[in-house]
Amino acid sequence: MGQVSVATPLEIERPDSAEEAFQVPEPDVPWVTLVHNDPVNLMSYVTYVFQAYFGYSKDKAQRLMMDVHHKGRAVVSSGSREEMERDVQAMHGYGLWATLTQDRD
Amino acid sequence: MAGHFEATPGGGAAVALDEVEISILRSLAVQLLELIGPGDQPAEDADPLAALFAEGPSKPPCDPALARLFPDAYGGPGEPAEGGKPEEELREFSSEFRRFTEMDLRSGKREDALTVVRTLDALSPVGDGGAVLTLTADEALRWLRTLNDLRLTIGTRLEVSDEDQGEEGSLYRLPDSDPRKPMVMAYLWLGALQETLVETLMP
Repeated sequence: MGQVSVATPLEIERPDSAEEAFQVPEPDVPWVTLVHNDPVNLMSYVTYVFQAYFGYSKDKAQRLMMDVHHKGRAVVSSGSREEMERDVQAMHGYGLWATLTQDRD
Repeated sequence: MAGHFEATPGGGAAVALDEVEISILRSLAVQLLELIGPGDQPAEDADPLAALFAEGPSKPPCDPALARLFPDAYGGPGEPAEGGKPEEELREFSSEFRRFTEMDLRSGKREDALTVVRTLDALSPVGDGGAVLTLTADEALRWLRTLNDLRLTIGTRLEVSDEDQGEEGSLYRLPDSDPRKPMVMAYLWLGALQETLVETLMP
């Protein structure tokens, strides 16, 4: 009977998980793009922009537009900070009043 | 088609404009171009490469209409909220964003308004000075954004608020003697024009 070798797991030194978390400069909280209400922009135009730029369905685009209109603002997209800066720049290109913020909710 | 856009095959749009309308639209688009300004246009003897690396401004424009066209990207209404980022940090983020985006945004808006001027200049008016303006899908999108920029600019000048809107709004009830009347008429007319253009472009 041959010798059976049992694979011994190599001992891997794992970084202390608490320490690792401590090194992350900011908590991994997603960013969001907010569109704010504006007395000038047409409701149909805002809906159009949400459909054309984000590719949202007419229903979703209209719902977001109504949120902007009635609640003063709506979250229209979420993701990394870089992605949200891109979305905000695009919204400004269309003349919509948009900002980005870290989602704390 | 008079006074309102209709969809054309291929995703474009067309509208019949009279001589006065053509002249008003052109004049407004030129004024918008002047407002947005050449800004980052390099001097003729400047190193063309330098323009590629030039940075935009870090502070919001002083003119309220320009400030509305190029708003801060950080710190909207309700910010800084409790537990959020302090105001100073939001201002720094906004400056940083502005430095890297405002020149692109300005040149985009300028290109849009230039398309409006060019398409109007390419019209061949008939006997009474009117003409049918026919736009490609790309031109229609640029027109749409310029009409919106014009309404934002005029709306800021008129200090339009939510209460002014609608048939009962104060904008519709200005006496003829009010000095704002011509600008209000232009504002409302541009809104109607934009509304019909959006309809033709709705996906």
